[in-house]
Amino acid sequence: MGEFLLVTIQIDMHDQLALQLQDDLTRAIEKKGAKGVLIDISALEMVDSFIGRMIADISGMARILDAKTVLVGMQPAVAITLVELGLSLPGVATALNVERGMVLLRKALDDGSRDD
Amino acid sequence: MASKGNLGSALQTHRQQILSNWQQQLGASSSSAKGRISAKDLAKQAADFLDVLLKATGSQQIGDITSSGWEEVRAFLDNLSRSRVLAGFSSDETATFIFSMKRPVFESLRAEFSGDADKFAAESWAATELLDKLGLHTVKAFQTSREEVINRQQTELLELSTPVVKLWDGILALPMIGTLDSARTQIVMESLLQKIVETESQIAIIDITGVPTVDTLVAQHLLKTVTALRLMGADCIISGVRPQIAQTIVHLGVDLQGVTTKANLADALALALKRTGVSFTKH
Repeated sequence: MGEFLLVTIQIDMHDQLALQLQDDLTRAIEKKGAKGVLIDISALEMVDSFIGRMIADISGMARILDAKTVLVGMQPAVAITLVELGLSLPGVATALNVERGMVLLRKALDDGSRDD
Repeated sequence: MASKGNLGSALQTHRQQILSNWQQQLGASSSSAKGRISAKDLAKQAADFLDVLLKATGSQQIGDITSSGWEEVRAFLDNLSRSRVLAGFSSDETATFIFSMKRPVFESLRAEFSGDADKFAAESWAATELLDKLGLHTVKAFQTSREEVINRQQTELLELSTPVVKLWDGILALPMIGTLDSARTQIVMESLLQKIVETESQIAIIDITGVPTVDTLVAQHLLKTVTALRLMGADCIISGVRPQIAQTIVHLGVDLQGVTTKANLADALALALKRTGVSFTKH
């Protein structure tokens, strides 16, 4: 079983940085054979549609590389904003915090390996 | 056109007579009879108001009560109306405070200008106009105060009616009473999500037994709440779905997007416990 990768987003991202992140992340997934990615946004107090799309994109890329993504630590205000923006991030698993996120990933990977 | 000297001076001259007649009228009116305000308080209010009024009529142009010279009079009436609203009086009972002054004023004008019919007519008209304007101002102040009370009560009701309760470790319940509009949804989402973070709960049961109707708008608000919960990693179960609501939802073609629904809170709790790995045994 491969490793999990933890990405902590702490600053406001703009285009260049986001693209950089996607690049770094996909390379890391491949290099380490990671099966799970935890994206921690507990430090973000504000999220806009750009970040929302970026997260959805990362999740999609990870899936193609056979890794599961779990988004953790969303603050209530951020959740409400995303909902108001109509961004429900379908297909992105979520958890309250990093611990719960790890539990979710382990369970998903156990279920996955049972199917093989 | 009334010159400011005459009505004002007549009021000043006959002040005592006007006051006692007026106090008599007020004492006999339904307000004090119902006991919500004592005759003594009423009499004092009348005396205070007359003082303030005489100050204004003595020195100001009577025609315009919105001018700055009438500010003390207006402020007095604003306070009076506010206290009447809080005491539960109606608007006409409140305005009667002013209008019951008419008769005493006319009597004194008649005494003052008995020999001069034209003068009497002119001053009577000035008095009527003035008292009508003051009466209307009182009613307007009454309405404004009433609206303030209603707004405040609405806010309090909104806050009181969306409690979030902990049913079990990791399981929260939100019993909704009343209809769900966008303002309410906002408050619901904020308090529920905050509680989820505080208690680290995984499941929220939203009970809609107390929601009278679920139309497409209410369904949208519910789904918004469900989505927000999902984004924070929590699951949602909607309970208390009554038969009529089930029918409405299907007829309207509302897509519940895979949210689990249960007919009652007990079933929802059983499911939530199962999901969190808790089981009870009966002895």
